[in-house]
Amino acid sequence: MSDTTMTAAATDSSQNGQLEFLVKGDHHPQNGTLLGFWIYLMSDCLIFACLFATYGVLGRSYAGGPTGMELFDLSLIAINTSLLLISSITYGFAMLQMQANKVKGTMFWLAVTGLLGAGFLGLELYEFHHLIHVGAGPQTSGFWTAFFALVGTHGLHVFFGIVWLVTLLFQLKKRGLIPENKRRVFCLSMFWHFLDVVWIGVFTYVYLMGVLP
Amino acid sequence: MSEHTHDHDHHDADIPHVSLKEYLTGFVLAVILTVIPFWLVMGGVFESSATTVMVILGFALVQIVVHMVFFLHMNFHSEGGWNMLALIFTLILVFITLAGSLWVMHNLNVNMMPGMMD
Repeated sequence: MSDTTMTAAATDSSQNGQLEFLVKGDHHPQNGTLLGFWIYLMSDCLIFACLFATYGVLGRSYAGGPTGMELFDLSLIAINTSLLLISSITYGFAMLQMQANKVKGTMFWLAVTGLLGAGFLGLELYEFHHLIHVGAGPQTSGFWTAFFALVGTHGLHVFFGIVWLVTLLFQLKKRGLIPENKRRVFCLSMFWHFLDVVWIGVFTYVYLMGVLP
Repeated sequence: MSEHTHDHDHHDADIPHVSLKEYLTGFVLAVILTVIPFWLVMGGVFESSATTVMVILGFALVQIVVHMVFFLHMNFHSEGGWNMLALIFTLILVFITLAGSLWVMHNLNVNMMPGMMD
């Protein structure tokens, strides 16, 4: 809004050349996509806030069933966390390759990121399968319902992130580093790093705090 | 679809400049901030759970900021400051959702008649 005012002021007073104060402001975004995508991420953040709140409220409602302390396997979660963390830096490498206009390097590091994400998902599915197998399914108690809703929603996001990533690999293969693809790679980077931020909350609040006596 | 759209603006100008140093700093900090909480819990460093909870929540908050700054490239100038505005607004909503839910539900539990708890 203030940008509009400033632009109007600029056209009005462009004759006398006293425009020094106008350019000191922030650069007006030329393309709304990145901001729009950021606002989508913020709305996604609210979904996770609701799921975290649900988990916080139901965190001790075991209904006589198994507890997180008995069933959470922290070494598995540690491996999962490192996979996701390493995938963040490999995505960073993809971004740097893209900045250097190297399409092969970008695709290579994107593929590595995708594989790490798939590894994360595989371990998470293994964990879910194990939990359900030992009688801690989503229907067991309020606690496990909240657990599967929160961790499952995060996993679902990672899954769609991988779908997007594979789609992007085909687009890069076909069209190279055109501006549109660069924008897409950047949006996916925000999405991917955002999921890592949510995972910080999950491993701290659900797993680490869940196994404390 | 959008391959055919014409936009005469210089697109690359929209995408923030990233650097290897930024990613490596963020990664090293993130690893440290992840390893310490896992060590605190798995090694049973503190006697009291309450202390551990406060410390690991502190580490989580710091790590979230690290990821925001070094990986998501958040600052007060990106997208003309609107990014930060949206983030702050969201954080307020997240705080109200979390604190409000826990507070209200805790209150309900406390005021529930003892016989009705199960």
